[in-house]
Amino acid sequence: MNSLSRRRFLKITSASFGAAIAATSMSTVVKGSEKIEEKSGKKIKGVQKIPTFCDICFWKCGAIAYIKDGKLWKIEGHPEDPLSNGRLCPRGTGGIGAHFDQSRLKAPLLRKGPRGKEEFVEVTWDEALDFIAKKMNKIKADHGPEAMALFSHGIGGNFIKHLMKAYGTPNLTAPSFAQCRGPREVGFELTYGDVVGSPERTDIKNTKCLVLIGSHLGENMHNTQVQEFAEAVENGATIITVDPRFSVAASKAKHYLPIKPGTDMALLLAWMNVIVAEKLYNKEFIDNYAFGFEQFEYEIAQYTPEWAYIETTIDPEVIRETAREMARYAPATIIHPGRHTTWYGDDTQRSRAIALLNALMGNWGKKGGLYNPQSVSIPGYPYPPYPKSEKGAADNPHHKYPFAEGAEKISTGLREATLTGDPYPLKGWFVYATNLTQALPNTQETIDAIQKLDLLVVVDVVPSEIAGYADVVLPESVYLERYDDLNTPLFREGFVSLRQPVVEEPDDQKPNWWMAKKLADKLGLGNYFPWKDVEEYLDTRLKSAGLSLDQLKEKGVIKGPEQKIYNDANNPPNFYTSTGKVEFYSLRLKEVGFDPIPKYTKPEEPPIGSFRLLFGRAPVHTFSKTQSNRFLSDLMEENEVWINVDVAKRMGFKNGEYVRLKNQDGILSNKVKIKATERIRTDCVYMVHGFGQRSKMYRQTFNKGASDSQLITKYKIDPLMGGTGMNVNFVTIEWGA
Amino acid sequence: MARYGMVIDTRKCVGCQDCVIACQAENNVPEGFCRDWITTESQGKFPTLQLEIRTERCNHCTDAPCVSCCPTGASHYHDVGGVVLVNHNECIGCKACISSCPYDARYIHPEGYVDKCTFCIHRVEKGQDPACVSVCPTHCMYFGDFDDPNSKVNKLLESRKHHSLIPEAGTKPNIYYLI
Repeated sequence: MNSLSRRRFLKITSASFGAAIAATSMSTVVKGSEKIEEKSGKKIKGVQKIPTFCDICFWKCGAIAYIKDGKLWKIEGHPEDPLSNGRLCPRGTGGIGAHFDQSRLKAPLLRKGPRGKEEFVEVTWDEALDFIAKKMNKIKADHGPEAMALFSHGIGGNFIKHLMKAYGTPNLTAPSFAQCRGPREVGFELTYGDVVGSPERTDIKNTKCLVLIGSHLGENMHNTQVQEFAEAVENGATIITVDPRFSVAASKAKHYLPIKPGTDMALLLAWMNVIVAEKLYNKEFIDNYAFGFEQFEYEIAQYTPEWAYIETTIDPEVIRETAREMARYAPATIIHPGRHTTWYGDDTQRSRAIALLNALMGNWGKKGGLYNPQSVSIPGYPYPPYPKSEKGAADNPHHKYPFAEGAEKISTGLREATLTGDPYPLKGWFVYATNLTQALPNTQETIDAIQKLDLLVVVDVVPSEIAGYADVVLPESVYLERYDDLNTPLFREGFVSLRQPVVEEPDDQKPNWWMAKKLADKLGLGNYFPWKDVEEYLDTRLKSAGLSLDQLKEKGVIKGPEQKIYNDANNPPNFYTSTGKVEFYSLRLKEVGFDPIPKYTKPEEPPIGSFRLLFGRAPVHTFSKTQSNRFLSDLMEENEVWINVDVAKRMGFKNGEYVRLKNQDGILSNKVKIKATERIRTDCVYMVHGFGQRSKMYRQTFNKGASDSQLITKYKIDPLMGGTGMNVNFVTIEWGA
Repeated sequence: MARYGMVIDTRKCVGCQDCVIACQAENNVPEGFCRDWITTESQGKFPTLQLEIRTERCNHCTDAPCVSCCPTGASHYHDVGGVVLVNHNECIGCKACISSCPYDARYIHPEGYVDKCTFCIHRVEKGQDPACVSVCPTHCMYFGDFDDPNSKVNKLLESRKHHSLIPEAGTKPNIYYLI
């Protein structure tokens, strides 16, 4: 009864292509014939330009790759692409380094030693896939198809996902839900009946007031958002940044609120207290669209700025002033919903508070607020129906997390099921392009779960840490060498973009679609892959939308007809909640015993001499997957631990000196450099995620910097949706390299 | 005559280093070297801080000491825009220019000659912006002609507070930072 429809994107937002295609004035970027000549081995003199989209992160920015005298030269943003607007981020610009990466996996590997010892032999593709098929068939025969799980990240996982569905397992997951934006999506769905989505529906470029709570745009380099952020700064928008660390975004802010970590909910409640008490909210929006506002008004009255001051250390007058400032610019005010929101275990409720604060601004469907994203519809390939699973998914046994029943499964729930056998044992993991030892909290738990498996397959481009534990490692072509599925995101405007090969693989790497199709044949599931090759697949999909692969190969991006992204009098908002309104009071939460209106929970205090461990992003890296790209590692080879300069001085630590961090459970990190800085509070330390990898095969990254995931042995599970709150670990700083 | 230069808006720059990578890729800069870089300066005590993030490179000075000290004439002003360039064939790698540059903008290329930012003159002469300018996701950099009173770069300097780097060196740098 509580199952959510949060992944049901509204059909009304997607338009089909029609006559409008003719109206898009796209210049031809490349002639299809040029590409074919290059593939057939003829070395072409001069410069070729081939459109594609990036894969260094998951934002999928349209790009144009330049081939000079037959060799990959550089990659730039695709000027017609709505996500890149002709400009890539540093990772995208450095994307060519992925093709040239010296650490790349070159051929399929079969494990010879114990798991994790990284002892492999090279085998042929046939041998590798035969081995996998045999094991998968045995798992199916002994335990049922549900005993296989897929962990994947990014659009490249689509064909393997399709294969696993055909095989019959419902256990398909990505860390992007329970370790990242899950709480945000559930919190917004509970409030508005719709999710924030990716890319976020934030109309940053038109906003007059942007509130960032822990969001470190500029360091977190989601291209379009950073572009729009800079535009908002240029236009003089008021930026309010809340962060225990003086982030780059803080340096652009009119108001910087150096909040005590873990107390964001108190600040949100106090802001809403001021806005309600001073009647600064958007009355028309509340009158028309709010459900349960009276109860909310009554309950919020207790959370005064003075009360919040004790919790957050933010001056009550600053709380009042910033609340008034938000209201002054409403509805062109955005309280950014964030993206990585799994912090303290009450994250869905915090996201709900953010959703409600936005609702007080009345910014839903408004310019400078939260716009209504659009997309184009390209029908899926007409596959036979998938077999139905009788057992259902294993990630959420006994419906423990009532709001985690959507399509995105709980990754850590599948890990838990693997460890405990509850609700049933998982015997095989297929891992696509996600380094689970770093992506999931508590590295040791992941390793323990792996030791219980009969089969671990890892598909990656480099020998990531997780690959070291695999039975079979499959080397994938990098994005510049392969086709992937079509990109049709919900965004400011609907469009479709294509990833296509611009160079050939240097060794025996293969694209994911090829692996999925081959493996399907060996599993007797060939009927699910009726297409000859991916070009036929893509062309079939595109033709059913009135387009063609040739057209898209040439243009890279094709836009759909223009659609409205703002509401107006003729086009009022619809809220797909149970009450049809924005739920300030949630009956659905009440029904299953949770707070219908968000409440504050005090965070645990760090013991004396310990610091709360916080982590974030750097503009030049994505997770733990870019550290051997020479352009990116040149700029950041290892991470540092940020510590307040006065604390460092008192403790006798110097800038640049190597230390180790020790967490509350006695786990000692790799050596990591001290960054003694004014730019952080005294009660926490901070580092960039993705470093401190311990795969010996992945030489360029081995032991460079420290891993936050290793130190995050403790995580607080969000009781609503199973997300893992990870900012709950405390560390001491230990001498010695 | 034209005098090429840049105006860089430090309020928009986020220090992402995209300009650094774009330059390396465009100009085939050898691994481990760069022609442009990011400097972050912070002032104040937490939490009352100010940050200035700057993308820096050769300032293409009008009175360039690297040109006047070069014994072979390899370091020279280009005919177009007064851009300071190094003729690789004439450079003997004596490093006099490296010592004379107040901005530390030059390095010895592994092939033995001195190398540095060219303002991407090969692009500029085709009517394009330098690679660093055209890649920047925040649009914080503007390239133009300071001798043209109507140029965007001059308009920006008229309308915003700005500074240049180490003006006391007296080299007449051609890069300005808006604050």
